[in-house]
Amino acid sequence: MNQVLRVLFAPGFFASGPVHAALVVGAVVALVTGAVGVFTVIRGQAFAGHALGEVGSAGGSAAFLGGANPLWGFMGIAVVAAGLIELLGLHRPRARDVATGLVLGAGLGLAALFLYLDATSSSTTGVAVTILFGSLFAVSQQMLPSIVALSAVSLVVIAVCYRMLLLSSLSSDLAAARGVPVRALGIAYLVIMAVAVSLAAETIGAILATALVVGPPATALRLTKRPGGALVVAGLIGVAAVWLGIVLAYDSYYWPPAGHGWPVSFFVVALVFLFYLVAGAVTGIAQARRSRRSESASRLAASGCAEHPGDAA
Amino acid sequence: MSVPTLDPSADDAILDVDGVSVWLSGREVLHDVRFRIMPGEFTGLIGSNGAGKTTLFRVILGLQASSTGSVLVGGRPLTRRNPIIGYVPQKVFLDPDMPLRARDVVALGLDGHRLGVPLGWGRRRQAVDAMLDAVDARRFADARVGNLSGGEQQRVLIAHALISRPRLLLLDEPLANLDIRAEGEVVALLARIAREQRIAVLISAHDVNPLLPVMDRLVYVAAGKTASGTTAEVIRAEVLSALYGQHVDVLRVHGRILVVAGAEGPSGVTVEETDGAAVGPDIVSLR
Ligand SMILES: Nc1ncnc2c1ncn2[C@@H]1O[C@H](COP(=O)(O)OP(=O)(O)OP(=O)(O)O)[C@@H](O)[C@H]1O
Ligand SMILES: [Mg+2]
Repeated sequence: MNQVLRVLFAPGFFASGPVHAALVVGAVVALVTGAVGVFTVIRGQAFAGHALGEVGSAGGSAAFLGGANPLWGFMGIAVVAAGLIELLGLHRPRARDVATGLVLGAGLGLAALFLYLDATSSSTTGVAVTILFGSLFAVSQQMLPSIVALSAVSLVVIAVCYRMLLLSSLSSDLAAARGVPVRALGIAYLVIMAVAVSLAAETIGAILATALVVGPPATALRLTKRPGGALVVAGLIGVAAVWLGIVLAYDSYYWPPAGHGWPVSFFVVALVFLFYLVAGAVTGIAQARRSRRSESASRLAASGCAEHPGDAA
Repeated sequence: MSVPTLDPSADDAILDVDGVSVWLSGREVLHDVRFRIMPGEFTGLIGSNGAGKTTLFRVILGLQASSTGSVLVGGRPLTRRNPIIGYVPQKVFLDPDMPLRARDVVALGLDGHRLGVPLGWGRRRQAVDAMLDAVDARRFADARVGNLSGGEQQRVLIAHALISRPRLLLLDEPLANLDIRAEGEVVALLARIAREQRIAVLISAHDVNPLLPVMDRLVYVAAGKTASGTTAEVIRAEVLSALYGQHVDVLRVHGRILVVAGAEGPSGVTVEETDGAAVGPDIVSLR
């Protein structure tokens, strides 16, 4: 048993402060992005989610310039961008995509400026890498309470709006006819998505944030057909990907080239993708087996039907 | 244009549409629409593509403001939420990825507008099961709704609309995309529910024929204008010609009704194709 543990977890894993913080942050953020992301996927807003993450890199790099934690920058700009998308996008989905693209372009332009300024103004190298691709082991412990609080608020909002979100994903006309304030709900959801994406950006980087917001929910939708189940399964898949990613990244310090750990974000995103593929294969095999079983059952029924010889022909 | 027959004292009407006109993007999409529906009555809203059926539903639901006229539902003016109306929209795109079983969709009809997560599992489940039985959808209650056939989805959406016990059920083209058998089943189902539970039904369609056996009255829409009454009163050459503003013939063949336009003279009938924006009457296909 000990032997196994030693192979899985490199020495010092359980004693490391940054590892503890990373495990907590990763789990909390994965639960939130899982729940929020299910609605991102079924509302068809994956592109908006991706844009909010990337645009966040402008805020993250600006916050770095001002000496604040990147999370506040990610979130400030993502919420503003969400508002702009809603304002420019009007009602039609096509116009919305265009608006999202425009906001994305403008945001990345700002990011280019701020990242340049970051690089020239500070001696620390790797700011750009941290903002864009994250560094979970470097998340400051002081941020823990804020991250947990933001996550809790997001989950509460999703729980409160749960049925309305489902009904309006089914049909916005149907929801409106039942008295659901569809537009206000859409704006509220976009803001919560901005918060969730920012938390993901803090964890695995602005560019990779969508992997966590879209990946585990898309996997969960393959595995379960219950709405509540999808939220929980998505959260758990996210937690599994992040924790396993942390373990592998920690272990990778002992892999070649020795002394240089591989980035956590790489492992997390790779695992998210792997889980998606595996879920697809599993459901595919299950489906094939089910249809083969019902096929042979109907063949059996047909051959056993002596009264209706015509049926088998 | 309306030809009220049953003695409709306005107080009893479940739906009273009075002189409604709607302008959209500078065009009058509905003009002076007036008709009344009594409790338990089965009414068809017949018109071709672009006639204004969906727009009229949206007005009745309070989703679209009318320029003139008024709508009373159950004797009261419209509010933002009208619990006595059940609604089945024309287009509900049910993605196979949606994590919703048929029973979840029906349950959302019960409390989908509420805040918070659902409580009271047992009671909720009972109500949903009873509703699924009523529309003969229990068989696929636990299937993903996106994987169901068009006819099965239609039943689920009808159950969704009925579970909140409305007194008026609005169905926007529920027969589109159904084959003849499914069409007949859905119509029979709706007629039975309307009769048993005394729910008034307003159902839009571009073809009168599937509804002929069950319809008490109909409202015919053409180019935003309407005529209402019984089938015999409305489906007549004079009435429809006046409505379309051009000569229209009504043919009855093997118990089916054909409305034919575009006769240029006595030499024969040119059957006009109905394209999306057509103002002319429907050419009912013989099947
Ligand atoms: N928002 C809008 N702005 C401008 N015109 C509109 C708008 N919505 C609908 N219309 C127009 O109003 C007319 C009636 O549309 P409506 O959707 O009510 O027709 P319909 O009878 O439901 O047709 P279909 O059988 O194709 O569903 C159409 O000509 C349509 O182009
Ligand atoms: Mg329509």
